[in-house]
Amino acid sequence: MARYRKTFFLMPLIGFLLIFFVVPMVWFLSYAVRETEVPRALPRTLEALSHWQQDQPVPDTAFAALAGDMIEAANSGSMADAARRLNYELTGVRSALSKASRVVRRAGAGTDFDIDFFNAIDPVLTSPAFFAVVKRAGNAMSDHYLLAAVDLQRTPAGAVVRAPQENRLYLTVLWRTLEIACMVTLACLFLGFPVAVLLTTSSEKVADTILVLVMLPFWTSLLVRTTAWIVLLQKEGIINGVLLSLGLIAEPLTMIFNRTGVVIAMTHVLLPFMILPLYGTLKAIPRGYMRAAASLGARPFTAFHRVYLPLAAPGIAAGCIMVFILSVGYYVTPALVGGPSDQMLSAFVANYTTGTGNWGLASALGLILLIVTIILYLLAQRLSGGRAISLG
Amino acid sequence: MSRHKWKTAGFISLVMAAAFGPAIVQARDLTVVSWGGECQDAQRRYMFGPFTAETHIPLVDEYWEGGIGNLRTRIRSSNNTWDVVQVEAEEAAIGCEEGLFERIDLSMVGGADRFLPGTTRECSVGAVIYNVVLAYDASKEGKKPESWADFFDVKTFPGKRAVRNGPKWNLEIALLADGVPPDQLYKVLSTLEGVDRAFAKFDSIKSDLLFWKSGAQPKQMLAAGDVVMSTTFNSRITASNENDGTNFGIVWNGSIFTMDSWVVMKGTPMLAESLKLIEFMTRAKEQAAIVPLNRTGPTNKSAIAEIPSRYLADLPSNRANLEVSVPDDPEFWIDNFDDLNERWSAWAGNN
Repeated sequence: MARYRKTFFLMPLIGFLLIFFVVPMVWFLSYAVRETEVPRALPRTLEALSHWQQDQPVPDTAFAALAGDMIEAANSGSMADAARRLNYELTGVRSALSKASRVVRRAGAGTDFDIDFFNAIDPVLTSPAFFAVVKRAGNAMSDHYLLAAVDLQRTPAGAVVRAPQENRLYLTVLWRTLEIACMVTLACLFLGFPVAVLLTTSSEKVADTILVLVMLPFWTSLLVRTTAWIVLLQKEGIINGVLLSLGLIAEPLTMIFNRTGVVIAMTHVLLPFMILPLYGTLKAIPRGYMRAAASLGARPFTAFHRVYLPLAAPGIAAGCIMVFILSVGYYVTPALVGGPSDQMLSAFVANYTTGTGNWGLASALGLILLIVTIILYLLAQRLSGGRAISLG
Repeated sequence: MSRHKWKTAGFISLVMAAAFGPAIVQARDLTVVSWGGECQDAQRRYMFGPFTAETHIPLVDEYWEGGIGNLRTRIRSSNNTWDVVQVEAEEAAIGCEEGLFERIDLSMVGGADRFLPGTTRECSVGAVIYNVVLAYDASKEGKKPESWADFFDVKTFPGKRAVRNGPKWNLEIALLADGVPPDQLYKVLSTLEGVDRAFAKFDSIKSDLLFWKSGAQPKQMLAAGDVVMSTTFNSRITASNENDGTNFGIVWNGSIFTMDSWVVMKGTPMLAESLKLIEFMTRAKEQAAIVPLNRTGPTNKSAIAEIPSRYLADLPSNRANLEVSVPDDPEFWIDNFDDLNERWSAWAGNN
């Protein structure tokens, strides 16, 4: 009966999570492996190619089918999506398809849509490479976006190769994202640990005040805090002004639009996420332990690293994981206070969803990020003896 | 026992779904979307407000920062709440081809004769004409830049520069700085060597380059001293000088001349009202009224006559400015935007 009651109280949360989190996320991530544009726009062409292999000459039926698809797709705008998708693998095919689409529609029924017709518009439309790409993109699922997310691509023949040098990007960005997240996590740890310790050793009134101050950033919007940092860190900003007038520096420091600004601003925003889990764990450590260690002859530093630290480890792990996972997904703060070489992976996900509408690549990048995060989390679990998520 | 538990779980989840599931269809107001900042303030004062006053159709205005992907997503997801949007030149062309916008019957928006030649297309009606210019802080000492070549000259003009994050307009100015004559600009840019040349030019100042995304950022970066030069829109700089007391200089020589258009999102439930709004916003008086606040050129033939002469020198359509500007080519960008955007992202993202 008690078990039934427990489950009953959990139902709203489970339902909420299922409907508004799990299902949309799985649906979004499926875009990384699904192909929708070409199957929708070119069904007849794919039908004509169903028994074709790349080493054979292109069947004549394929051209008539292609024309039929173009006439049909004219009403829905799906041709433009398919053209864009095919252009990812064969540069230049987008404009060829647009032009062909217009010519086909103007030619009207009764025209003989054969190989010469399309050859006259653009030879790429009659090449086996083009139809090989169409056939591959016409499958219900493909690995095109997953490969692109790690700077790989397939040749028209189907072999997997690295993307050309000038298009290689995502592995660098992934590494940079992890780098910045690590720096921010360490900075939060070094700044947050003393504050958490202070919270445990202060009197109740002082501890309450400190706690309010720690939580204060949550009451202002993230964007406001980030733009406040712009005002503080800019070349003629407050920090430079103070340092210059105190004579500590001769030239203004460049603290914004570079890595420094990003780390400072992100640390400020994520500090409460380190302090609160840490405090939760440190609060549970009996004060008597340190005194007992001292009475057994341990010097303060030895007592700290042999008694206190192992007991604090779960809290440290929890805080670090939380800060790391949050910072790996950040893109607003680096976009506002970072330079061009500080853009993190999520910025590209955002660019692909709002800038060009390439949902496949956006979700493939998101999937990569998710996998990396899960791996790191499991690693942290293993290293901390399975107590990584204990929050005291 | 456990079967009963799962049945209950399923039932409650279904109830939740039923409660939230059916989209609550509320009648929404006509929504117009523009670029934000001083531009939109001027439009709100002289166009949106007066429109509602005259027609009693309630109007909601939002802002955006561009990006054809935004529009693609809205239409494809059938979750579009925008009606009239101000888009950039190639966004108007790409969107029309992809079926994102409604076709506009010019007779419903004042007639074809009302507009300057070349400002109307199948799905779009010209809204404002402006230039992408080089801006610098004129209150600082030293030589003043005079052309795009100076933008790329870090030796004579040390300091950081800011450009918009994206290939559009940036590849053009790189080629102009490299000595390509304006009438050959897009022909050179259509070749692979031309694109490589533009990227190589940007490589030469890569370590001094910053990016902006929204039109209000360049002014902020210039004022704070974080950059010494920036690409920006002429209207933003003039507005900043007049309203915020800054002393920024504009280089008209070689600036890129472009036009934004009004479009109507496909499938809008308020097509007639949207066309009425566009008709209102392209009247001579209304287009002239925003000029003191927003130095953009009008697209209505008769609007120039209504603009006080003291503002004409700041307009892109002023003869002196027109002679040295370079018109942009939306057709080029329709075909090449996605490819060049990918290459730009890779170039910009790499260290």
